[in-house]
Amino acid sequence: MTWDELAPLLRDATLETLQMTLWSAVLTAVGGLLLGVLLVLTERGGLLPVPPLNKVLGAVVNVGRSLPFIILMVAILPMTRAIVGTTIGTTAAIVPLTVAAVPFYARLVETSLREVDPGVIAAARAMGASRRQIVGKVLLREARPGLVAGLTITVIALVGYSAMAGAIGGGGLGDLAVRYGYQRFETGVMVATVVLLVGLVQLVQTLGDLVARRLTHR
Amino acid sequence: MIQIEKLRKTYRARGRTVTAVDGVDLRVREGEIFGVLGRSGAGKSTLLRCVNLLERPDSGRVVVDGRDLSTLSGAQLRAARQRIGMIHQHFGLLSSRTVAGNVAFPLEVMGVPRRERARRVAELLELVGLAEHAGAYPAQISGGQKQRVGIARALAGRPRVLLSDEATSALDPQTTGSILELLRGLNRELGLTILLITHEMEVVKRICDAAAIMRDGRLTESGPLAELLTRPGSELAAGLFPLPESGAVRPGTTVADVTFVGEAADRPFVSTLARTYAVDVNILGGAVEQVGDLRVGRLRIELPGDPDANAAQLAHLREAGLTVEVHGRDTALEGTS
Ligand SMILES: Nc1ncnc2c1ncn2[C@@H]1O[C@H](COP(=O)(O)OP(=O)(O)O)[C@@H](O)[C@H]1O
Ligand SMILES: [Mg+2]
Repeated sequence: MTWDELAPLLRDATLETLQMTLWSAVLTAVGGLLLGVLLVLTERGGLLPVPPLNKVLGAVVNVGRSLPFIILMVAILPMTRAIVGTTIGTTAAIVPLTVAAVPFYARLVETSLREVDPGVIAAARAMGASRRQIVGKVLLREARPGLVAGLTITVIALVGYSAMAGAIGGGGLGDLAVRYGYQRFETGVMVATVVLLVGLVQLVQTLGDLVARRLTHR
Repeated sequence: MIQIEKLRKTYRARGRTVTAVDGVDLRVREGEIFGVLGRSGAGKSTLLRCVNLLERPDSGRVVVDGRDLSTLSGAQLRAARQRIGMIHQHFGLLSSRTVAGNVAFPLEVMGVPRRERARRVAELLELVGLAEHAGAYPAQISGGQKQRVGIARALAGRPRVLLSDEATSALDPQTTGSILELLRGLNRELGLTILLITHEMEVVKRICDAAAIMRDGRLTESGPLAELLTRPGSELAAGLFPLPESGAVRPGTTVADVTFVGEAADRPFVSTLARTYAVDVNILGGAVEQVGDLRVGRLRIELPGDPDANAAQLAHLREAGLTVEVHGRDTALEGTS
């Protein structure tokens, strides 16, 4: 396979991977933050204690976390079809990617929020802050470095999952590696996809570290 | 200004019930600095947190500035809290915000417009002497400076009452001194009523007008300092103004502790006594100290001679407004003080 043949393949596959990862990362950030905040708020002794709801949410997160991605992806195929109308393609892959990553990130969010000094929360309450203000101005704000670090880990996991999603029709670098590198013994393609994936992960990690560091004032 | 009646608060933790506050009555008058002194675990923080309802009492009443907070709705309670300042042992500052940002926080909570917020923050930082640190993050300033930020922040809502939970317990003695000075100044200049809790006698001694001792959820002793100091057998007085252990009383003498507070401290009672009764007053020990605003002196004196004569001499001192506690010898005299 010549470079001229390979280049457009690699370009398209990289774009597909980026598209899958970015969209699911955005959705995961929103969903994970929401779920993570809910987990912290509703626990016993939390700001909005609803222990039964907390237990249910915790169980849902645990189930989501314990399923291997490849199984989860197949198991939710009907749901994927219901949401995007198809089970094949980059857009369809975003559904299982998000469903898998939300519980993962939610736990990381929960951990970061728990690390916020309870003394600061008490001080905010003493100043007459409302729950909404405490969540927005204290919890999420104080936990920002941890939230960014957690999102970095999640996005890197998504890059990995997206390669698997590609294998069942999502496209992207994983798909390319399997079809050319594995099934047709095109070692060059295999090497190129590996290099690109490693580079992508490095980029995400470096960026995440940079942002987290800039947000840290300890 | 703050009225606490029959306050009780229990915690249930792992099946055990802990009574943190066990029927406390307390009254803090306007413009006063009131100190609650007690060991760790005595229930001081719980008591304080019941004042702005960070903790809901099981029973009893708390009235701050004429309002019973427990009758207020959520929004009303938050508004009331904005008018009650609170400072904390570990400062409770937002690490993600600058000094100015931390002071702005309560103003944001109150919905003060940006322009006015900036003005007020500058004013508050000026007040606590931190104007040049406005842009620093809490991690970049000292403990004393952090507590100053805490104080500036607590004053944002122009409160009439300040609650202080061990505000100086994480600070070294010198910094403690400067923070206490600041609190004293705010108390005087703004007429700020302060209810503070502490485990340090020194804090009570330096700035309180009135104090109480808390033990196992109860106040065992309570009152204005001037009164406590002259109250015989007062634990607070003994702590505020310790006297050395007395040795054995020599035969044929009476030993007594004489406490004088305020203007009584300015009169030369020893020489008067010696002259009037022609008695050789022997001074065994004593000191004059500043306790809050009060000049307080305590002398341990030894009077030789006949018990009846001694009794008359001590009665004379009592009439002169001094507090006399008989230490040794005369069983007939004991309990008469
Ligand atoms: N949130 C809580 N849950 C259970 N027990 C508590 C809680 N807060 C305080 N206590 C208990 O109440 C008692 C008084 O605590 P606290 O008010 O913090 O005392 P202090 O401030 O004098 O050290 C202690 O025995 C403490 O263990
Ligand atoms: Mg305490």
